[in-house]
Amino acid sequence: MSIRVQDPGLETTVQDTGRLGYYSIGFPPSGALDSFAYHVGNALVGNEPGAAGLEAVYLGPTLEFTVDTVIAVTGADIPAFVDGQEIPLWESVAVSAGSVLSFGQLRGGARPYIAVAGGVDVPLYYGSRSTYTLVGIGGFEGRALRAGDELAIGSDARDPRAGRRVDASDVPVHPSTAEVHLLVGLHSYRLTEDSLARFTDTEWKVTPDANRVGYRFRGAELEFVPREQPFGAGSDPANVTDCGYPVGSVQVPGGVEPIVLLQDAVTGGGYATLGTVVSVDRDRLAQTKTGDRTRFVPVDLDGALEVRKDRLGALDRIRSALA
Amino acid sequence: MGSHTITSRTPGVFYHRPSPDADPYVTEGASVSEGDTVGLVEVMKTFHEVKADAAGTVSKFLVENEDEVTIGQDLVELET
Repeated sequence: MSIRVQDPGLETTVQDTGRLGYYSIGFPPSGALDSFAYHVGNALVGNEPGAAGLEAVYLGPTLEFTVDTVIAVTGADIPAFVDGQEIPLWESVAVSAGSVLSFGQLRGGARPYIAVAGGVDVPLYYGSRSTYTLVGIGGFEGRALRAGDELAIGSDARDPRAGRRVDASDVPVHPSTAEVHLLVGLHSYRLTEDSLARFTDTEWKVTPDANRVGYRFRGAELEFVPREQPFGAGSDPANVTDCGYPVGSVQVPGGVEPIVLLQDAVTGGGYATLGTVVSVDRDRLAQTKTGDRTRFVPVDLDGALEVRKDRLGALDRIRSALA
Repeated sequence: MGSHTITSRTPGVFYHRPSPDADPYVTEGASVSEGDTVGLVEVMKTFHEVKADAAGTVSKFLVENEDEVTIGQDLVELET
């Protein structure tokens, strides 16, 4: 009842919905960056929501299953093979004991997700199986997978079945310019009006510094409104007095190279937060890769809630259709 | 004589050498075996070795040191 790692890919980790409830003591949530792909994967293989799966990036892993089971690959557009035969994505597939799952060259997106019936069974750490590699906790021994690792498969699959398929119209596409909604604030007043407009007008390029901690972008320079810095703030005009950073928040150290903080990021600090990417749009961000373009589309709070409601509604509808 | 092109499997920044002070992995004219390292691509603060997926003689580098590369981009041309 296990998965043997023959080749780990670039950075493959065990993830679930995340370690929620500890942000106030400095624990970021971790968890699948593309939450839609992760949840749909579980629905496809007949798991309860929240079962742990695998998240890879750019290079898929090579995995051997030691037991007959059901798997599904979702997320990035990447050729996937079982024993050399290409398998459909966004569809549950039966694999036999001894079968090997492998991947070809990524065609679109960035992160494939692998769901297995029963989930990946690693110990719960603070209520979650998600890996937080920066401090080495959760997941499989607190780290990305390595060749030779053997992951136990859980036994509480609700209704494992091959042949469940996501409707083609529900499969996300991965455009070369991703659009993500941005709730402007908390410190957007620190940017000049021109610069704030430039931020949302620019097609930002994803730099090589783009991982589970955050995505760094390049594309324009932004200017801050001159002021005498308040007590407790550093001297850089990008600094404010320390505050909590929402997951998905955008900082611009030095006015160049904005950073979007993701699920493994620091929970607070002293950079002005220009805005926060709407939570469900982190899924899209997670499927952009180094060299891709991203645009931040400003929304107000009602707009942000509407985006979230629509996306979660779609997920519920897909889950019901697959049940 | 045929030719073969080694492509990048990940996006990132291409490097000819294992570290700034080291010699390049290979230079033009060098012969390589399948599996030899011909460069590095840095992405997500990690370095991924680019391996020759055929044997041959390095005829040309198609990217400069520290160029940003995309998935599938041609990196090194081999005469096979």
